Amino acid sequence: MSRKVILCRCEDVTLADVQHAVKLGRADLEEVKRYTGFGTGPCQGKECLREVAHAVAEAAAIDPAALSPFTARPPLVPIELGVLAAAGRRPAPSTRK
Amino acid sequence: MSARGSSNRADVVIIGAGVMGLAIAYNLAARGGRRILVLDEHYLAWGASGRNGGGVRQQWSMEMNVRLMQESTEICAHFAEEMGINVWMRRGGYLFLARTKAAAERLERNVALQNRCDLPTRMISLADAQDLVPELDTGNTGNRGSTAPGATPGADRFVAACYNPTDAIVFPWPFLWGYARAAERRGVKIQTGVPVTAIERQGDDFVLTTPAGVLTAGRLVCAAGAWSPRVARLAGGGLPDRPVRHEILSTEPLKPFLKPMVSVIESGLYVSQSLRGELVGGVSMPEESNPDGEVRLGSRLDFLTTMARGLCALMPRLGHVKVVRQWAGPYDVSPDGNPIVGELPGVPGFYVVCGFGGHGFMMAPVVARHYAAYLDGGPPHPFFTAWSADRFGPGGAPPATDREEMIIG
Repeated sequence: MSRKVILCRCEDVTLADVQHAVKLGRADLEEVKRYTGFGTGPCQGKECLREVAHAVAEAAAIDPAALSPFTARPPLVPIELGVLAAAGRRPAPSTRK
Repeated sequence: MSARGSSNRADVVIIGAGVMGLAIAYNLAARGGRRILVLDEHYLAWGASGRNGGGVRQQWSMEMNVRLMQESTEICAHFAEEMGINVWMRRGGYLFLARTKAAAERLERNVALQNRCDLPTRMISLADAQDLVPELDTGNTGNRGSTAPGATPGADRFVAACYNPTDAIVFPWPFLWGYARAAERRGVKIQTGVPVTAIERQGDDFVLTTPAGVLTAGRLVCAAGAWSPRVARLAGGGLPDRPVRHEILSTEPLKPFLKPMVSVIESGLYVSQSLRGELVGGVSMPEESNPDGEVRLGSRLDFLTTMARGLCALMPRLGHVKVVRQWAGPYDVSPDGNPIVGELPGVPGFYVVCGFGGHGFMMAPVVARHYAAYLDGGPPHPFFTAWSADRFGPGGAPPATDREEMIIG
């Protein structure tokens, strides 16, 4: 059953994947992220972090409150390279009005 | 428990459970007869081994590096099969592009050296480079893609390119799990989340203080990468390498389109497409002042926009591709750019393996193999002479005049 329960939709990480990671001794969200790849897709954990945390807590028999979320990395939302390239371009003095 | 208790004593304690420390433990355990313990302050993949771009290349300017990386690439090619873990290796080659005549001449010299080492690198025309990567804007055959906002068409006017089809990329993390699991099967103990807070001598032994208790080590191997100077200081020694923050980003996954890792010599930009489909890459940024020598791992907007400009100029069609994540890791840089290996002068029994800049990950499989042989009493590989730790000390050998030219990122 748990093989079919998808917790991270970006990277197709299932409940069984998370349970397996915990069984191997990875009971911290940073380590489970690295082992399963959850939270590394376009949503960066915004959809799945809570679900995975609960699954880890249950599999490891620990209080969910004892788990810390993994480090949030910029950017806050996915941003197009072209937008970033334009944002970083400082106007040349001659083009300033 | 007493530090003399047998359960708290190891013949060899390796500080740092990155790829280098784990690979040394794995190779040394194969030689048998020793209690080996690997300690790490954090979890597997927390440090530079979990933060690098996964490049595995053999194109270098120094023969030692070419030959070592030929051997390391072979180890990587068989890693999945031997360790039973998928490392997502893809041999798409490395394409280097040069904008200046000086860089082009360096590439030509390096290609000649690599050919003498039987590496199939060759200088290729810009048209051939564009055939290999049709999305490239080489600046001289017209822009085949739409120009992304913020990018200047033809800004990268390249003059030369070289390509080695046998270079590769890997996904770094499974190397750690693979080495760790295989080392544990050979009896190695690995303890994560255990910082070493003090190191003292007791006769020929070292006594290590940790929150998990006191440990005794016959010999110590410092495989702490950019954190090595701190570990050396605990042991009463000094190391001259310094941490330099390098940043990297990953995009949303795309359909496979990019065969080789592409790198621009002058800007230090590199980008590859992983087997997961993401583009992963970085670019050289001015080295920031870092007087206290601490490792800094924060992310900066300046990197994001610099990299975005570089990528959009290199491949204008990427303008609409989204960045999903950026992070940083330390390059571990020695004064002459070459690694530092062997016993640390003044601290007998304390062995270092650091200063690998940004290529410690790809070198670890081969360096660890020879390092373990050396710790086991075998004849030292020539890199122990070339990269000896005593070259920086008083009365040490004169600083190496050869510097590796192909350091990227």
